[in-house]
Amino acid sequence: METNSSAISLRVNGETHALTVDNRTTLLDALREHLDLTGTKKGCDHGQCGACTVLLDGRRATACLQLAAAADGRTVTTIEGMADGDRLHPVQQAFLDFDGYQCGYCTPGQICSAIGVIEEHAAGWPSAVTADVRPEAGPPPLDADEIRERMSGNLCRCGAYVSIVRAVAEAAAQVAAGREAAGGQGSGAGGTRVTA
Amino acid sequence: MREFRYGRATGVAEAVALHAGNPEARFLGGGTNLVDLMKSGVESPELLIDVRGLPLDRIEVAGDGSLRIGATVTNSDLAAHPEVRRRYPALAQAVLAGASGQLRNMATVGGNLLQRTRCGYFYDTIQPCNKRRPGSGCPAVTGEHRNHAILGWSEHCVATHPSDMGVALAAFDAVVSVHTADGPAQLPLPDFYLPVGDTPHRETALPPGALITGVTLPPAPVAARSRYRKVRERASYAFANASIAAALDIRDGVVREVRLAFGAVASRPWRAGTAERTLTGGPATAEAFAAAADAELAAARPLTHNEYKVPLVRNLVVAMLTELAEEAAR
Repeated sequence: METNSSAISLRVNGETHALTVDNRTTLLDALREHLDLTGTKKGCDHGQCGACTVLLDGRRATACLQLAAAADGRTVTTIEGMADGDRLHPVQQAFLDFDGYQCGYCTPGQICSAIGVIEEHAAGWPSAVTADVRPEAGPPPLDADEIRERMSGNLCRCGAYVSIVRAVAEAAAQVAAGREAAGGQGSGAGGTRVTA
Repeated sequence: MREFRYGRATGVAEAVALHAGNPEARFLGGGTNLVDLMKSGVESPELLIDVRGLPLDRIEVAGDGSLRIGATVTNSDLAAHPEVRRRYPALAQAVLAGASGQLRNMATVGGNLLQRTRCGYFYDTIQPCNKRRPGSGCPAVTGEHRNHAILGWSEHCVATHPSDMGVALAAFDAVVSVHTADGPAQLPLPDFYLPVGDTPHRETALPPGALITGVTLPPAPVAARSRYRKVRERASYAFANASIAAALDIRDGVVREVRLAFGAVASRPWRAGTAERTLTGGPATAEAFAAAADAELAAARPLTHNEYKVPLVRNLVVAMLTELAEEAAR
């Protein structure tokens, strides 16, 4: 704690990396500048646009507000780690099939966020538009209103929102079907779990 | 950004000891506000003490029925917890109304209580601001204050507290647990936030270097029928223009117990005690709800650009209590 830099270990997309970072380095800059993983984008750099969304220990987070030093020992999944070899993640495939982008800059963040949304919903989490949040009411259906609310942390300045909502709905249905087929054990590439 | 040292605390006492005597140290939780403030130059600590890994991430129902929420519980885990959703639904709704899914996964309960105002003058380091640079003045009082306070402000600062969660905590008599150099202590929420007065830079009664370890909600059967509503300029992911947490217990058309707190109207979550006293024991009618709101808002001092908040809060009180009364009648 006597210096202004930290030696850290990050497990990124299944690979462990040891690196030394200035304490001011965000996880976003560590991914892009130290690990050459430029799929994660820098938009506002203030946690307001969602372009830098990654999964941190399985949960979506804005990498621009996460200090790399504070991510020491944690597991990160970026857009580069979502596909299973040549097989795209169902959310990636749905963004292609439904044209869920125009310029593409926000897309990696949108996709990582949507993967998080699907897992959070599967875990029974309510949202701000869920009519009755009491557990007895059961989980809400992941309809367009729920998707819009849950994805509101990801801005798209091209305005591809209509297609993004369709893509997330389709991907969620596929992930759920895959999970059912696998006996509720997750679904390969779609099986990123929300963990504590 | 200024260079800083970073360290992780493994225990509460160790965290407090690391901070002791260092006014330039800060505790780091989720970082969603602090890291942003550091990027903006509003905060420039020389040491960050990471407390996210402390064993304060549990939500427990205590023997007396109160709910104990650890300081490092994330907003997401708080809002998803079955006992929170069952016993204090307005708290789950308030948390879900704040920020985005990504930020709620990172942000913690302790940090939420200590987050800073989003007043534009506070964030803009070339502007005067009594909160950021004591004695430099408050441009908001005569400048842009459309989303500023109508209650409890002074000519030294008219900023609002941005928390949604805190509004529900205020309605449910939350007590903040802290750990100081002298050991553990308890601060009821009304004592936790200080009046603005001429010291807007002193926001809480937390002693220097003290760590928030958790929040306790006493049992409140009335809270089982509670709601949070937030009015903002977008449908989602924006700070409130005004918000309300309300709980209502009615028997035979008479108000047995009511809880009301407002957000985005003052430097702290605003417990509407005057309105609650006006209503308790009286009829549960729209007229009574409006009269109670007026009694609370009699102390309001709106400025040129935020006059709209007075009728907005009044209408929120009437609408929310009417909804809760109708729900009780079903």
